[in-house]
Amino acid sequence: MYFGLSEEQQSFQEIIRKFLEDEATIDKIKLFNKGDLADFPEAMHKGLLELGINGLIIPEQYGGLGLDILFATAVSQSLGAGVAPSPFIGSYVLAPYAILQAGSDEQKEKYLSGISEAKIKFGVGLTEYIASRDNAEIVFENGKINGRALFVIDAANATHYLISDSSGILSIINSNDPGLEIINLTTVDKTTSVVELKMNNVNAECLDSPENNSDNTQRLVDLGRLMIAADSLGAAQVMIDKAVEYSMQRKQFGRAIGSFQAVKHMCAQMAADLEPCYSLIWYSAHSMDHIPEESNLMASHSKAHVSDVASYIAKTSTEVHGGMGFTDELGLHYWFKRIGLNRQLLGGVDTVREEVADSQGF
Amino acid sequence: MNLDFGTEYDSFRDEVREFCDRYKGVQVTGSLFQYLEATNSNSDDELKISVQEWQKILIEKGYFARHIPKEFGGYGGELDIVKNSIINEEFSKAKIPDGAGGQGIDFLIPTLLEMGTDEQKQRYIKPALHLDEIWCQGYSEPNAGSDLASLQTKGVLDGDEWVINGQKIWTSTAKYAQMMFCLVRTEPDAPKHKGISYLLIPMDTPGIEIRPLVDMTLDAGFNEVFFTDVRIPATNIVGKRGQGWLVANKTLVHERGSLGDPAKMVSRFNKLVELMKTETIDGQRAIDKPVYRDRLMKIQGKVLALKAHGLRLLSARLNKGQDVALATMIVKLYGTEMRYELESLAIDVMGELGTLYEDSPHLRNGGGWQYAYMYYLGLIIGGGTSQIQKNIISERGLGMPKEPKVKEA
Repeated sequence: MYFGLSEEQQSFQEIIRKFLEDEATIDKIKLFNKGDLADFPEAMHKGLLELGINGLIIPEQYGGLGLDILFATAVSQSLGAGVAPSPFIGSYVLAPYAILQAGSDEQKEKYLSGISEAKIKFGVGLTEYIASRDNAEIVFENGKINGRALFVIDAANATHYLISDSSGILSIINSNDPGLEIINLTTVDKTTSVVELKMNNVNAECLDSPENNSDNTQRLVDLGRLMIAADSLGAAQVMIDKAVEYSMQRKQFGRAIGSFQAVKHMCAQMAADLEPCYSLIWYSAHSMDHIPEESNLMASHSKAHVSDVASYIAKTSTEVHGGMGFTDELGLHYWFKRIGLNRQLLGGVDTVREEVADSQGF
Repeated sequence: MNLDFGTEYDSFRDEVREFCDRYKGVQVTGSLFQYLEATNSNSDDELKISVQEWQKILIEKGYFARHIPKEFGGYGGELDIVKNSIINEEFSKAKIPDGAGGQGIDFLIPTLLEMGTDEQKQRYIKPALHLDEIWCQGYSEPNAGSDLASLQTKGVLDGDEWVINGQKIWTSTAKYAQMMFCLVRTEPDAPKHKGISYLLIPMDTPGIEIRPLVDMTLDAGFNEVFFTDVRIPATNIVGKRGQGWLVANKTLVHERGSLGDPAKMVSRFNKLVELMKTETIDGQRAIDKPVYRDRLMKIQGKVLALKAHGLRLLSARLNKGQDVALATMIVKLYGTEMRYELESLAIDVMGELGTLYEDSPHLRNGGGWQYAYMYYLGLIIGGGTSQIQKNIISERGLGMPKEPKVKEA
């Protein structure tokens, strides 16, 4: 029995951490956020492709590494920790997973190999399956797709999009389809690329196996929620580390503020709340891989609970930093905003809790 | 990641399940902790058994005191934390009562096994384990709570006897106990942590007076114990003079890690779900009301996190190289605060009915929810308050500085 990340998973995390430490420095993230360094995310992306994040969960027969969901959560955590402006969850976890689940053999061959070779990159839009806003709606009919997908993630430089309609049927569209209008959305968190798609008679390629159904799309959503939770876990841990570090340097009343119980107890509470989140996410990932009957419950609670804990940490860590925490100069807010975006993606905490109460028959 | 314990453990689990089937509905009588167990047993079932009898059955099967040597009244098996956790899990699922713990069994016995003389082991362990001799713990004093090491109860060696004067408080089970393990200041000139000894005191010694201390649950679960020229043999000491703080800390660590068993938390959560399915408000089940559902789901998230956390801590004991120092320190804080939150939801779900107590009409579950709601507030405070836990987490877990010492007035 061994519960936790393997040495291999931990060393891969370390590789990503080092890469981001060198390449995605806070100064670069700041410049990019101010509108400079436009090619910065793509440079990040290329570097991470060299580490193999695109083929992580793709079976070896399609040129991938064939690793499991737990491995993917470990990567997601590291990317969150570095507030990396790089696609991952949508492009390299959800899209390949969906195609593996519900694609035909030909589709698997074409798309999975394409992703492994970094020739194909997906943006992913599942929002309309979860909760439609602003009258966004997607209609599939006779191989055509019409309507709007409001919140498509990992959208930058996508060659294709994977879209779900409200009933959970998944289709692939080509990003250069003439009927497609791509509208950039600006969120608080500029490290993540989000677009709205307007579709006017766009050619839609339905994932072509009988497994393309709402049960499997729910599983896909569960997976996405778990990955997002892992990203927030990484970001939240950094916010605790930064708070502790800052509190030991910053002096007021003649002593480090970290020696005041008021501050120590804030940090202790953050740590006490976050530690069990590691366990929750690891178990949840393990259930995705090996205990399918528990995976919906575990993934839902991972998303809801870790989002709450991370939001609390985002607020508390900022407070520990005092006025400096509020400044752009320190840059703590990039983690705050990443956690804030993650909290809402693929269903906010209240939505997810309502769903998981339903799915348990309560 | 590998959650498989191997086939040996599968068959052990089967064996435990068979046992649980056989004793389904068993109700243990004569326990010192009746009220809590009232909520944990099936009142319909008539299978009653005394707590001593139950303890013997469990020890014989190796479901309790598994790694305590046979010569001291235990089962005499290897220490096997996987088997222990299987027993915990299956007992919780089947609602089978655990063996009786208490301070003698949970804290004194491990201490004696590690630090006691052969004579002390022979004399004390078996009667404690078989509940023939009940122990209480004499640590806290009116002026030594969170700052336990400042305790002032005095022990002076007079010939071959210790003479003890002073007062202890929060002494659970003192009125039933035949023995007390007690921290006493025997070296008044030594620094405060080095002046304490760990003494074993027979409770029928002249000069001991016990006054019950009624708590907010209206139980007299605690006592104050007064010592006036209490004389005990000089040999009734565990470890050397002045080593008492070290001796006691071995078991304090144990206490803090042991509160908040995940399997019990899950079964308590399931009870809350049952309550919310049966309680109705204007004819609508509580569980169908979104506000309560949401709170229930929040708690479920925490319960599941703690359950998974238990696996992480278990894994670290089975495998080398997993650092769980911080992960272990948070358990007491997290577990007790969450349990209080869980019990609080039950009270709110019942609304006005949630205030009923003792033998009132309309009382639910024998008053167990209301009792547990208060009892777990006690656990947040006892065994190191949440604030003390946060000091430990921030200083030892996160490496933050200690509060500067203030010169005492």
